[in-house]
Amino acid sequence: MKFIPRILVTLAALAAGVSAATSAFAQDKVVMGVSIPAATHGWAGGVVYWANRTKGELEKAHPGLQVIVKTAGSASEQANQVQDLQTVNKINTLVILPFESAPLTQPVAQVKAKGVYVTVVDRGLTDTSAQNAYVAGDNPGFGKVAAEYMAKAMGGKGNVVILRGIPTVIDNQRVDAFNAVMKTHPDIKVLDAKHGNWNRDDAFKVMQDYLTRFKQIDAVWASDDDMAVGVQKAIDQAKRSDVKLVIGGAGSKDYIKKVMDGDKVVTADVTYSPSMIADAMKMTAEARVKGAAMPATTIIPSVLITKDNAAKYYVPDSPF
Amino acid sequence: MPQEHIRTPRPSGTPADPPGGSGPAWGGPALGPDSAATARWRLRLQAAGPWLGLVLLCIAGTLLNGDFATWDNAMNVLTRTAFIGIIAVGMCFVIISGGIDLSVGSMAALIAGSMILLMNGIAAQVGSPVLTVAIGIGFALALGAIFGLAHGLLVTKGRIEPFIVTLGTLGIFRAYLTYLANGGAITLDGKLSDVYSPVYYGSLLGVPFPIWVFAGVALVGALILNRTGYGRYVQAIGSNEQVARYAAVNVDRIKVLTYMLLGVCVGVATVLYVPRLGSASPTTGLLWELEAIAAVIVGGTALKGGEGRITGTVIGAVLLSVISNILNLTSIISVYLNAAVQGVVIIIVAFLQRGRR
Repeated sequence: MKFIPRILVTLAALAAGVSAATSAFAQDKVVMGVSIPAATHGWAGGVVYWANRTKGELEKAHPGLQVIVKTAGSASEQANQVQDLQTVNKINTLVILPFESAPLTQPVAQVKAKGVYVTVVDRGLTDTSAQNAYVAGDNPGFGKVAAEYMAKAMGGKGNVVILRGIPTVIDNQRVDAFNAVMKTHPDIKVLDAKHGNWNRDDAFKVMQDYLTRFKQIDAVWASDDDMAVGVQKAIDQAKRSDVKLVIGGAGSKDYIKKVMDGDKVVTADVTYSPSMIADAMKMTAEARVKGAAMPATTIIPSVLITKDNAAKYYVPDSPF
Repeated sequence: MPQEHIRTPRPSGTPADPPGGSGPAWGGPALGPDSAATARWRLRLQAAGPWLGLVLLCIAGTLLNGDFATWDNAMNVLTRTAFIGIIAVGMCFVIISGGIDLSVGSMAALIAGSMILLMNGIAAQVGSPVLTVAIGIGFALALGAIFGLAHGLLVTKGRIEPFIVTLGTLGIFRAYLTYLANGGAITLDGKLSDVYSPVYYGSLLGVPFPIWVFAGVALVGALILNRTGYGRYVQAIGSNEQVARYAAVNVDRIKVLTYMLLGVCVGVATVLYVPRLGSASPTTGLLWELEAIAAVIVGGTALKGGEGRITGTVIGAVLLSVISNILNLTSIISVYLNAAVQGVVIIIVAFLQRGRR
């Protein structure tokens, strides 16, 4: 898979105690349950796409491997689902992207206690002993990379507005990292940061009001490609030419295409790819089938996409 | 007026029943001239509640940020209110008739997605983009009416509570959109988008089109509710369904028509919504149902049905968007508390227009 960023940074030491258990399992059939949130927004839609696509690839590559993909609409539904996967589907491997960390820690811990190998993706559990391995995107990096690019593109001075996502730890980490970089540029002023909820329509409204309120905005950090859609519509409507730069994030195909085609305003994007579920599934499958150890923590870095490397990240088939 | 023949005083209520906006024609025998005058005065005060709330909010907004009281900002707020406002007008009828529709947000999303897919699909055969968009608009309105018809039939012939019917379709509509969109977004083709976008972004006499449509829908809604037999039947059914039935009102037909009216309103709102972003995604129309219901209730319509006001509904819808507009224009309060401010204002306005119990 040439378009998946292969640069994986290992942060912690290798998982302890995996080897003995896994090699015993390795001879048996591996039944992998994949539990992910339903496709309620663009990014989650991408997760579902990558999970199903990787299921096909893995089952073809490893005849002894069965993958069951389940989507859940809420944290409580996902908790029930994890139980069902263990009791009904008899999984011995679980790859889970938890809806929320706290409510799923206990259900996942119980499944692990019954001998299931658990890989947690994107959102860490509150008790890390409930997981064998953790694969995640780099949220602070997501804010940092965007801020560094933006500061450089602005020549170190100007006015910035931020659109935040849904109030969550993920969003806080991103925004804090972004602001930390901007603090080192005294001539850049962050005017305000309001929640657009990773939603096009909310972002449209917030941006309209920013444009009413601030007469000079040089750059917008929309922090999400869906929100960037709403932001750009609002700017077009107000016919404002002061906004020179709009940076989204997460790497949707439409925005990567814009970067690739040399858009004047959208000159870069930052990855937070839903394909991290594919990476997690593959790494887990390798570990289970071959009995190889898996790193306890794998962080998939957020990478800057510019015109030069955009083609590498462009996946036209993906819904996101 | 047929309404007076149909209405009977509710046994447990006080006799100050305001006659659905058509003047002080009520003359129950138990009512002395004094209490009638008081009731009228109270009614006027209640009707003024949402207005009072909106005026106070606008004054607060202007004091907090001078840019609030500009023409452009007013047009922004009214334009973005148009979707919820148009839906709320239809919702007002459904609630007055004693029903409810929880599915409107999902319905709008599914109509938006379906019409985009249709327009993209037929663009090549039809040739003319204008005609394609016109067909898309007709399709959206028809689809809204069909969904409304389905709701109406399930509620009347199927005898299922409207809460459950529309809770069911809330899930069905959104799931289908998500399925059609494959979890991503359905986007209108560039050429069509250019032709269609003036419907949202264009304006007449300096006022954007969605506001004209919103005003038109509200006006027609008010006329239907207060000046037609159908409007009075809707109020009669909500007031007392059994009595309406005895008075030879075709209750089932009126109810089905009410859900269809709301469906068409959702269709109209969607027709205005699609050109804004030119796309529909699983987050389209999220929680619109709550906003529309809140606008109706804040505007002085009783959730239990029987009476209601279109003007109040319009004011209610505007009020809700003004709150978030003001919060966006200022940063005096933590963004985490936005929803709390909205909640407080809604409760205060509801208090201002509180009616009898």
